[in-house]
Amino acid sequence: MFDLLGISPQVLMGQLLLGLINGSFYAVLSLGLAVIFGLLNIINFAHGALYMMGAFVAWMLLSYLGVGYWWALILSPLIVGVFGIVLERTMLSRLYKLDHLYGLLLTFGLALIIQGLFRNYYGISGLPYQIPEALSGGQNLGFMFLPNYRAWVVAASAVVCFGTWFMIEKTRLGAYLRAATENPVLVGAFGINVPLMIMLTYGFGVALAGFAGVLAAPIYSVNPNMGADLIIVVFAVVVIGGMGSIMGAILTGYVLGLVEGLTRVFYPEGSAVVIFVIMAIVLLIKPEGLFGKAA
Amino acid sequence: MTEAARTEPLLRVRGLEGWYGESHVLHGIDFDVHEGEVVTLLGRNGAGKTSTLLGIMGILPRRAGSVTFEGVETIGMQPRQIARQGIAICPEERGIFSSLSVEENLMLPPRIKDGGLSVERIYDLFPNLRERRRSQGTKLSGGEQQMLAIARILRTGSRLLLLDEPTEGLAPVIVQQIGHTIGALKSEGFTIVLVEQNFRFAASVADRHHVVEQGRVIDVIPNAELDANMDKLHGYLGV
Repeated sequence: MFDLLGISPQVLMGQLLLGLINGSFYAVLSLGLAVIFGLLNIINFAHGALYMMGAFVAWMLLSYLGVGYWWALILSPLIVGVFGIVLERTMLSRLYKLDHLYGLLLTFGLALIIQGLFRNYYGISGLPYQIPEALSGGQNLGFMFLPNYRAWVVAASAVVCFGTWFMIEKTRLGAYLRAATENPVLVGAFGINVPLMIMLTYGFGVALAGFAGVLAAPIYSVNPNMGADLIIVVFAVVVIGGMGSIMGAILTGYVLGLVEGLTRVFYPEGSAVVIFVIMAIVLLIKPEGLFGKAA
Repeated sequence: MTEAARTEPLLRVRGLEGWYGESHVLHGIDFDVHEGEVVTLLGRNGAGKTSTLLGIMGILPRRAGSVTFEGVETIGMQPRQIARQGIAICPEERGIFSSLSVEENLMLPPRIKDGGLSVERIYDLFPNLRERRRSQGTKLSGGEQQMLAIARILRTGSRLLLLDEPTEGLAPVIVQQIGHTIGALKSEGFTIVLVEQNFRFAASVADRHHVVEQGRVIDVIPNAELDANMDKLHGYLGV
């Protein structure tokens, strides 16, 4: 069948794997955006910059302190999360009663500042980050070669996505979060500390971005622009999935990564725009997004 | 004078004023509620009954005056701190969360103190909720949602319940059921402030009625003296 289309299974599987990797990043990042938007009502344009920061913190931990990948995988999201909490306390918390537009403008400005600072100190040529030893090499699956690190990225992001989904949909803490998303005033009147929850949610959402950044560091070069390039696509993913749904954000991320990969096989010229074309179609047919609730 | 009236009131509201932005809605509400009492706030639409409950709970955007609960001044507190003192609200719009199941809605308000009803006891009071505990909260009928909104604040150990028009828009048989529930809660020792439009319902459950007009309590009528004051009350309520 593949031969009929003039495409070898190796090429197809290779692109599907690449799509799955990209989809993993889309899923983790759009998940963070959806969680933040749900509770804070803020479209976090700084998400890409914080993803980039996650990669840079991992690089700095290694270069300046000799702290390796595995510790960075924990420390870097923590550091980015705490940085996010500082942003939330000092700036974002003043915007909750205003229109979405203000949050978008503020976080867009923050993104430019963060990226500008890193560009100023580290240039734009990109810094290398070694794949950790335990994950170098790969497996020959017969029909394709699977690099271990890429398999790890797919597995790690799937676990994080599932864990986040489980926490939000199936636990008591998640019930607080869902309830506060619907009616923060009433949840507060039950004695729950909603501002604290909002602060920690933002910290958690951007920590997810930081985590994705660490995962990305050995694959893509660590580069001040890495977030800006990715975040535009991630926003399209979020628009397609609909802002309201955790599961929607995750599934849309993976599926669109795969769609992009397939497009690269069958119509390479279209691979850069296919997600935006889908976004336009979804907006025409179902403006609230595939998993969104009608307003 | 009943024995309760001689002791310190559980809730003491003095000169409570409240604003929504520029609009001044409460102009000095005064009333007391003693432990174990069921009292109502009666009045026309827009008189300030709901705003009084929101003012006690601290939800009104701006408020002044004095609200003491168990002798503690709460006027400077956040709603969540007021809730932690042991006051719980069942809002007019019921506030059932659609992204939560019935059971999650029931378990949502955290336990503030000991002495709340057990989940089993609550399900005995509201058998419908037990049957439908896996359903989405907003898939319940209006009456069931109202019961859920009351049920979930019974678990918390709060002793003062603020119920905002629990019978609104419900069929007579459900209203009757809610009346029985309020009676049961009273005998369990709960203290209740009830906002009602349904005057006959109010008369069937309450010890005392406060008439609210233009953001003030303008009259207090014990339930026992209700018949003697019927004409006056009709005048207040315009019925």
